[in-house]
Amino acid sequence: MKPLIKKLVEAVGPSGYEGAVRELVKKEVTRLADEVRVDALGNLIVRKGKQSAGGLRIMLSAHMDEIGIIATHIDEDGFVRFTTIGGVGPRTLIGGRVQFLNGAFGVIAGERLTATDPVHSFEKMFIDLGAAGKADCPVKVGDLAIFDRPMMDLGNRLVAKSMDDRISVAVLIETLRKLKNTPHELYFVFSTQEEVGTRGSTTAAYAIDPDLGIAVDVTATGDTPKGMRMAVKLGAGPAVKVRDGGMLSDPRVVRWMADTAEAAKIPYQLEILEAGFTDARAIQLTRAGVPVGCLSIPCRYVHSPSEMVDYNDVRHAVSLLTVLLSNPIHLQ
Amino acid sequence: MAEIKDFLKNLLSLPGLSGYEDPVRAVIREAWQPLVDELSVSRIGSLHGLKKGFGDEPRPRILLSAHMDAIGMIVTGIEAGLLRFTEIGGVDARILPGQPVTVHGRRELPGYVVQPPGWLLPEDQPTNKAVEMKYLFVDTGLRAAEVNELVRVGDLVSFAQPPIELTGDLLAGHSLDNRASVAAVTACLQELQHIRHIWDVWAVASVQEEETLGGAYTSPFAIRPDLAVAIDVTFARGPGSPANYSTFPLGKGVTLGWGPNIHPALYEAFKKLAEKLDMPYHDDLMPRMSGTDAMGIQVVAEGIPTMVLSMPIRYMHTPVEVVSMKDIARTGHLMAQFIAELPVDYMQSLRWDDES
Amino acid sequence: MTPKKTSPSTSPLIGAEQIALLERLSNAVAVSGAEHEVRKIVMAEIKDLADDIKVDALGNVLATKHARQEPALRVMLAAHMDEVGFMLVDGEDGLYEFATVGGIDVRQLPGKTVLVGKDHLPGVIGAKPIHHTTADERRNAISLDSLRIDVGNENGKKVHPGDRATFATRFQQLGPSLVGKALDDRLGVVTLIELLRHAPAHIELLAAFTVQEEVGLRGARVAGYALDPQLAFALDSTPAGDLPSWDGAESPRYNTRLDGGPAIYVADQGTLSDPRLIQHLLQTAETFGIPCQIRQPGGGGTDAGAIHKQRAGIPVVSVSVPGRYAHTAALVARLDDWQHTLALMVHALERLTPAILEQER
Repeated sequence: MKPLIKKLVEAVGPSGYEGAVRELVKKEVTRLADEVRVDALGNLIVRKGKQSAGGLRIMLSAHMDEIGIIATHIDEDGFVRFTTIGGVGPRTLIGGRVQFLNGAFGVIAGERLTATDPVHSFEKMFIDLGAAGKADCPVKVGDLAIFDRPMMDLGNRLVAKSMDDRISVAVLIETLRKLKNTPHELYFVFSTQEEVGTRGSTTAAYAIDPDLGIAVDVTATGDTPKGMRMAVKLGAGPAVKVRDGGMLSDPRVVRWMADTAEAAKIPYQLEILEAGFTDARAIQLTRAGVPVGCLSIPCRYVHSPSEMVDYNDVRHAVSLLTVLLSNPIHLQ
Repeated sequence: MAEIKDFLKNLLSLPGLSGYEDPVRAVIREAWQPLVDELSVSRIGSLHGLKKGFGDEPRPRILLSAHMDAIGMIVTGIEAGLLRFTEIGGVDARILPGQPVTVHGRRELPGYVVQPPGWLLPEDQPTNKAVEMKYLFVDTGLRAAEVNELVRVGDLVSFAQPPIELTGDLLAGHSLDNRASVAAVTACLQELQHIRHIWDVWAVASVQEEETLGGAYTSPFAIRPDLAVAIDVTFARGPGSPANYSTFPLGKGVTLGWGPNIHPALYEAFKKLAEKLDMPYHDDLMPRMSGTDAMGIQVVAEGIPTMVLSMPIRYMHTPVEVVSMKDIARTGHLMAQFIAELPVDYMQSLRWDDES
Repeated sequence: MTPKKTSPSTSPLIGAEQIALLERLSNAVAVSGAEHEVRKIVMAEIKDLADDIKVDALGNVLATKHARQEPALRVMLAAHMDEVGFMLVDGEDGLYEFATVGGIDVRQLPGKTVLVGKDHLPGVIGAKPIHHTTADERRNAISLDSLRIDVGNENGKKVHPGDRATFATRFQQLGPSLVGKALDDRLGVVTLIELLRHAPAHIELLAAFTVQEEVGLRGARVAGYALDPQLAFALDSTPAGDLPSWDGAESPRYNTRLDGGPAIYVADQGTLSDPRLIQHLLQTAETFGIPCQIRQPGGGGTDAGAIHKQRAGIPVVSVSVPGRYAHTAALVARLDDWQHTLALMVHALERLTPAILEQER
């Protein structure tokens, strides 16, 4: 899976502009699917399987988009001011590099800080593209960029920008590949605009009208020195989400996922994330309501340019999803 | 009324936190069974009761929505046999130390919320500072080994405070927000047994109001009512609460919502009816959002004309909320009478101020 | 590239008639949730322009003008009728506490005149005289709690808590500028009425004059669902923050600039505009020589934020007339910017075909 992961995490796809990622995914899934389509918001919707006894219409969602920045002003000297797309933190930016959709590269730098500034606010940062002046700047107001960083393979651990949520995109592709038989009508949704408020999955879920929704996304961990207190760690298996900042998983779905993992002897953890939410929130409130759950890939340093996941967690996520989707489902 | 009070006390003795409403839904279902023609449960757990009208089909539909979910806590970690937790719904950490709770583990465990001494907290926390929820524990009295067997991350923690009857018609307990309204809807259904109403009445005990308005956004999509009423609690005047437009005297009548979430003609209709019935009421001014199911219901699909009725309660979101049984009875009666008087062509007469 | 055509900014015209309508609309009172005055004017203006008109459960006016040729494209255009303002919440005998409705900077309020209730009773927002304040107090903003709306004893019998109020500003033209309250979004409302009048034959034009935009895009949500268009434009007004900075340095923040032409949105708090529609607008402006500007990406939002998430998803973009001092007693916009906005939209609709949806976003 590593070559696939590398291709995906190194692709450029900020929210709203997921085209390059979508093309990659399309190439991988077209032969495996019964139908592939792209909707009005750019979601890639991949259908596989027919409903038989005990079968449901199931929507799985992993988002293709990543956080980034957007240019707001080019000053007379050619420096670019920007605002953020999605939940970007100011602490990890200075010294980083960005790649614009048009191929231009730049570095993020900051104004001199006064004694009272603990950290650069976005207003005090700018991007230097090496331009001699405004006329020479290859970027205009409204252009988007992502944080440029190649993947680093540390053996069991992988580090990259946009593990959130390309790692789940890889998990869904691999699951689609592994899945031999299913009693369900499955919709693998590679969604858009999650980082700006689960917008793509909102409309995809409306169109699909599923009986069950499962988001696959990353979650934070509590296993770093003096870090956040959280009972999820890298390497202990994928996490079955109980709740996050925007959604309460359907308890029947949590039971089904946990019981299935135990029966299949796949390691898993139970997750409560106190801030942030996933596509599952949007799916749950669709139409007359949808039972939802979320399978999470534990990930350190989420929304930094160096997000770290455990490769075994990733493989176990594929195994668990494959078992979950191969058998009839009776939520109770 | 005694019957409604017993029903409510029963509801107040149950958990049923947001997203986990099963225990309370089961009891409401039993109470509604003889009062409605059809009962069903939505895909995310809201209870739908249909009491058919006496008009010709297709009949117009009115939806009464009262959320049944309650606030509480959920276990986030286990350390040395003590449980760390976070909230479900909006809980003020300052009211927690010393509260009796039930931990819903592999079996139900009684426990107390406990507050560690200041020297175990960051910067030797002085006693005049509130302790944040993340530093509180639940102690079940059991040793670590047993706790590790019985409890895991994601288990629920509910308030164990049983309901208490105060003097007069006042009842205290946890989750009166919003089971007082479930009781009011039930009282309405009881009264409707003796009324030949034309409209179909959809009683909904909705889920997840305290978290996502989940029931409010989804049940109306399935039911597609012509009109909707959200029933919720509002603030009674009490110690420390502001004596302004946002609070109301306890036991002195229902409140009628007024603001963008509410169709002005529905407000007028309820006001006229309250006056006709000689029922005390107050205007509950909601200049922006109502903070009730109405926020969701009003904007479902093509939009639904919506009204908000509320009962004042004291000490909202604590385990000792206080309500007046009289206000519950009034709310049920007002709804039943409104439904009784709904003519078949009411929707044609529902007008905006600028329409003639 | 298509050769530039002559500027169409005078055709179709925003003339005396349209400005007079803007004046009536600007002077009308329509605080979010109580839009009836503006709705009444809109209904009267469009009754002969649309084939089908209805008022929905929230008070939106939904008007359809059918296409008269194939292949037709179902296009929704939204402009919000509501404005920011106040609701009286407590008090009697003419003196009232009030709450703000929509985003209002309380520092804008002391010493202003207001119109209260259905009868537009005159009132003032009182503040303590400077003589009674301390130096310390004067350094801090006056709080909403300390302000009252005063309509005088006599009229106090005619107003009640629950009544709405708004600024009493009367519309005027000052040289090249249009000055008044609630030009956000009465400019869009008039633009939309004109677009109904000039709808191209191949466009199934779905006009939504929406309510409750300022309290969370609530009208647009249900309008988008009901009209179910193939794509949508939100027509709004957006702040122009092009004032000099205190030290005279080049300001990187202005949102938009007056005289820069219509503002096209790429990204705001609620929406990432459909890139196909952004390109379509930019090409239209280029082709017809209409000045336009990209609104600085950032916060704020329009009805587009609610519309694009309806049903299976709807491609959207927003176009705004820039205006200084939005959400205050007096907003300043330029007639030229408004004319260019209408021209851009007229030509954008003329050039719009179903082909735009064939390429993937």
